[in-house]
Amino acid sequence: MKRTLLLVAVLSASQAALAAGSADKGKTAFAKHGCWQCHGFAGQGGVAGPKLAPDPMPLEAMSAFVRNTRGGMPPYQKAILSDADLADIHAYLQSLPKARDYKSIPLLNP
Amino acid sequence: MARKDPGPQVDRRKFLSGVAAAGAATAAAAMSTPVARAAEPAPAPRVPSALRPTLQVAAAETETPRETTNRIGGRPGSDFMVDVIKTLGIKYLPANCASSYRGIHESLINYGGNKMPEFLTCMHEESAVGMAHGYFKIAGKPLMTLCHGTVGLQHATMAIYNAWCDRVPVIVVGGNDMDAATRPPGVPTFHAAQDINALVRDFTKWDDTPVSLAHFAQSFVRAYKIAMTPPCGPVMISLDAGLQQEVIRNHGDKLAIPRYVPTAPPQGDSGAVKEAARLLAEAQNPVIVADRAARTPNGIKLLVQLAETLQARVIDQGSRVNFPKTHYLSAPPTAVSGADVILGLELSDFWATVNSYTDNGENGGIGANGTRIKPGTKLISISSVELNTKSNYQDFQRFQVIDVPMAGDAEATLPALIEAVKAAIPGSKKAAIEQRGQAAKKAHAEAEARAKQAAALAWDASPISTARLCAETYAAVKDLDWSIVSQSGNVSDWLNRLWPLSEHHHWIGRSGGYGVGYGAPASVGAALANRDAGRFSVNIQADGDLMYAPGVLWTAAKHKIPQLAVMHNNRGYHQEVMHVQRLSNFRNRPANYGADMGPVGTRIENPDIEYHKLAESMGWWARGPIKDPAQLGSALKEAVKIVQAGQPALLNVWTQPR
Repeated sequence: MKRTLLLVAVLSASQAALAAGSADKGKTAFAKHGCWQCHGFAGQGGVAGPKLAPDPMPLEAMSAFVRNTRGGMPPYQKAILSDADLADIHAYLQSLPKARDYKSIPLLNP
Repeated sequence: MARKDPGPQVDRRKFLSGVAAAGAATAAAAMSTPVARAAEPAPAPRVPSALRPTLQVAAAETETPRETTNRIGGRPGSDFMVDVIKTLGIKYLPANCASSYRGIHESLINYGGNKMPEFLTCMHEESAVGMAHGYFKIAGKPLMTLCHGTVGLQHATMAIYNAWCDRVPVIVVGGNDMDAATRPPGVPTFHAAQDINALVRDFTKWDDTPVSLAHFAQSFVRAYKIAMTPPCGPVMISLDAGLQQEVIRNHGDKLAIPRYVPTAPPQGDSGAVKEAARLLAEAQNPVIVADRAARTPNGIKLLVQLAETLQARVIDQGSRVNFPKTHYLSAPPTAVSGADVILGLELSDFWATVNSYTDNGENGGIGANGTRIKPGTKLISISSVELNTKSNYQDFQRFQVIDVPMAGDAEATLPALIEAVKAAIPGSKKAAIEQRGQAAKKAHAEAEARAKQAAALAWDASPISTARLCAETYAAVKDLDWSIVSQSGNVSDWLNRLWPLSEHHHWIGRSGGYGVGYGAPASVGAALANRDAGRFSVNIQADGDLMYAPGVLWTAAKHKIPQLAVMHNNRGYHQEVMHVQRLSNFRNRPANYGADMGPVGTRIENPDIEYHKLAESMGWWARGPIKDPAQLGSALKEAVKIVQAGQPALLNVWTQPR
């Protein structure tokens, strides 16, 4: 219950602060803040972190998760990742193209 | 070492000081003898003597002539050591040369003809042990290595630890000049110690210091036998330099070589086997977890038989190929969550199999623990490692309470367990078991589709995705009798997820102790075994791992050991990249990247290492760097042809981090 309240409070605060970002700046911020380390340069995910793109979660939910995660991912507080950079990263993830259907890739159907 | 037998003495100091002169004299004598004989007049007919022959003359006429043609006055003890080694059929001896074993080195290549074993020139002792490690995982037979008992063994230790954790037999023999009163001063004394074996005693199964040739014969055969009895593991013999060089004397039957008879592996207790069978037969959802269960190809067949009898899903933790990935009962690690009975076979970490750990900085920084299984789930374990646990190194992992623990070898116990399960399954259960199988088939097909769709993500990205790296490589070798001679973990397990691993030789599994630097030498050792079996070796080679001892590339070229090495060049010690980033975030401090892409001290860039040039300089065919995924397929085709012609080939591919 306490966590739910916290999440609601964080979401409300974030919605006011977060604005639409720039995909170009977001690509740089994605590298600069080390997001690629676990999620890959295209946000494709791997054993170290889940996929982020295409179709990232909404910015508000992503912000709440990034700031408050208590799971495997370490949190990114504002001291190390600004709201502006976070919005840019989200814009970058949104800009990434959808994956091809694996059935259309011959190498994945040997 | 004090020698008890006073027989003919060779003063080693005089021997050493006279080596140059003796060598010159011997060579001159050898060259001049035929000429001198040709010039001699024919000897006069011998007149019989009326006198009784002296003891010396009688001995000369009746006994086996003493060898007086060499400077040491007979056959060296190391020749007998070679006789002992040859009885065990050890095919290769990867080693870095060292003076403390020069006696046996000389015997191996001259007296022994450099066959069984064949000496393979290595550039680092860690590489030599790593090669033996990889060789065993394909061939199922151990190799021996020689090293300086001090500095060389110090180099070898990490690789010996990996072999220990991975339950792989390696016979390590360290040269050591023990007699402080006679050994040469300077370097040989720096390279001597009272007890060289102490360095590795915590992570070897057994060690010995033979003090006579007869003792050596017993020690070596015993070492081989202990190393090969499950749980297998490395063993260590300290080999005195003086013993190698001293002359073989008439010891009569004391110099007999013991016959090697393999010890039957230990089996689980019959009562415990029955109880385990009862639990498995009556379970609603039994799950089998295997780590080092299949020691041989037959182990896979047995595990398939057990799984199909129960229609139980199998999680292969992957230190060996235990179960075919292509089988519908193959399951991911998460399958434990629905189990009511879990059978663990040779697990290195049962605790982490059924519990979770989250490195999230909570609980004062130590992270959070949780269970991954339902309350009341019954746990059964069959593990030979319980028979051979030591105290210092913590490879036994966290303590896990087990309901039916068995100290025994899993593969050896499976036949009895299969029969007991068949007998214990009630007729009323057969329909439910069949239904379990149908559900498993559906889950397996869905998981395969999910894996392929995940592989399609970032398919055209540059640097190249690890999924595409693995898919492209498979396409290049799929029609060959292939064998993966590398680890899988650093490429998001794509080898396991995309390649149809089903045979014992399809993959060598992990290193055991996770000591980085294992990959390259193990791949060369495994490729050596594959070469002899006519197979094609594929190595997805991590960049940081290769740079621990890249000289093993030269060893592969020198001894014509072909393999296709495809670099997973993510330009960093990536596990550490993530660790330092994680800690920076927990402490709410921006990670200091310096001029690199990741935390200072973790990246391998600025400058980038040109692995293709490195390999080329040591006799490999190599190309790179390849950054565009569209160029990878054609480069692989070219490289495969080179490897098929017998040369090792390397492609330097820039990849995504994981």
